[in-house]
Amino acid sequence: MRSARAADGRFAWATSDPVRALKPLVFLLCLAPALLLVHDVLYDPEALGANPAETIEHVTGDRSMQFLLGTLAITPLRRITGWGKLIRFRRMLGLFAFFYGVLHLAAYIAFDHYFDVPAILADIVKRPFVTVGFAALVLMTPLAVTSTAGWIRRLGAQNWSRLHKAVYAIAVLGVLHYWWLVKRDLTWPMIYGAILAVLLGWRVWNETLGRQRRRPARVRARAEPGPAE
Amino acid sequence: MKLPAARNAAFSTTDAPTAKKIITGYNNFYEFGMGKSDPAASASKMSVRPWTIEIGGAVEKPRTIGIEEVMRLPLEERVYRFRCVEAWSMVAPWIGVEFNKLAALVGPTSKAKYVRFTSVVQPSVMSGVRAEVIDFPYVEGLRIDEAMHPLTILAVGLYGETLPNQNGAPVRVIVPWKYGFKSAKSIVRIDFVEDQPRSTWMKLQPSEYGFYSNVNPAVDHPRWSQARERRLPDFFASTPTLPFNGYADQVASLYAGMDLKKFF
Repeated sequence: MRSARAADGRFAWATSDPVRALKPLVFLLCLAPALLLVHDVLYDPEALGANPAETIEHVTGDRSMQFLLGTLAITPLRRITGWGKLIRFRRMLGLFAFFYGVLHLAAYIAFDHYFDVPAILADIVKRPFVTVGFAALVLMTPLAVTSTAGWIRRLGAQNWSRLHKAVYAIAVLGVLHYWWLVKRDLTWPMIYGAILAVLLGWRVWNETLGRQRRRPARVRARAEPGPAE
Repeated sequence: MKLPAARNAAFSTTDAPTAKKIITGYNNFYEFGMGKSDPAASASKMSVRPWTIEIGGAVEKPRTIGIEEVMRLPLEERVYRFRCVEAWSMVAPWIGVEFNKLAALVGPTSKAKYVRFTSVVQPSVMSGVRAEVIDFPYVEGLRIDEAMHPLTILAVGLYGETLPNQNGAPVRVIVPWKYGFKSAKSIVRIDFVEDQPRSTWMKLQPSEYGFYSNVNPAVDHPRWSQARERRLPDFFASTPTLPFNGYADQVASLYAGMDLKKFF
């Protein structure tokens, strides 16, 4: 067993790793919307409004989409802020996107279709917004499963990161799902779509223009080593 | 304001009425915004007095009728099922008068094949109208025999009181065997016409919203099934939807020989 006491005499959690200290807090924050729903269902159904099932479907769908966008925001934020440790929150955000997506699907199966499997299958085949939403969740499943260090090792880093590029398609399907579902008010699908466009656009820019611009800078950095080197 | 009226049991369902809080807190009234709680939040700003309805078109005596005169017609309570096209439903104790009683005041002529209802537009208090979320005023229509059917009422009250603004005060149509959007709210104009009116939703999405829009579990909305409904505030959409919303015995004959898949 490793000692909790680091060499300098302070507890490990209080020393050099703010990410490790923050993680439980972030986890609770991510879980809070689900806990709040459970609380309302059990103790305060009126808080969920006249159509509680619809509220649950909206909340879980929104959260899934938000965590998905949050996951995709990690890389640009790391680059922009220079805080590389942000990467250590990415898996948690991705898994919460999956978690809320599963709750969203479960609500649809139970509340909307009352567990009528043939009707659900027909719905998935017949209605494009259901098809793409379902496809997004199916695609998310292998990503959630292979999110552990063990799976990264088993697949090899390159294969793993290739597989996890599916997240871009998943996010696009998510926005489409929302876009095609609304009756009239496209405000939120447009907001999510715009954020996704920025996040994906940043990557394209970074891969093409950005790379070209950075190259001379890197050469310079090599030519003039800083004091740390 | 209290509005006493005796229940007409013959025309009322024995299903338990939905809580008033839900009927008055969960509304589609796009003039006030597209959220279900928007109307309850802001419809109180709508001015409902004075209020007149202009009645014209193919009638012997076109006229403008004040809301006070409508309220003096023989009012009764009708407990009706209310099924939204979005697959939720409620049971509402309306107070109103059969539409045919109002029609009798103006005398529709033989040219009156349809009735067109036009809802109020008050842009200064209606954020949805200012945002032009759809093309207002809201217009709906019925075939003349549908309008004159004794189940079709002009509602002026709910739960023993005058109609709350978010439910379409001071006067709205209720056609219980059709999806809720056919029951236009806050009516300011009624025209008896020869040609089938083009309703607001037909203009917006002709493939999704037809003129008839009779409740029909066998005809899906393009984006969801209509086989079942969620009786609010239930969690589960476990209530089977009935043809003509359970009013088939009274109204199915109006559509004898019609292909209801085609005339959805």
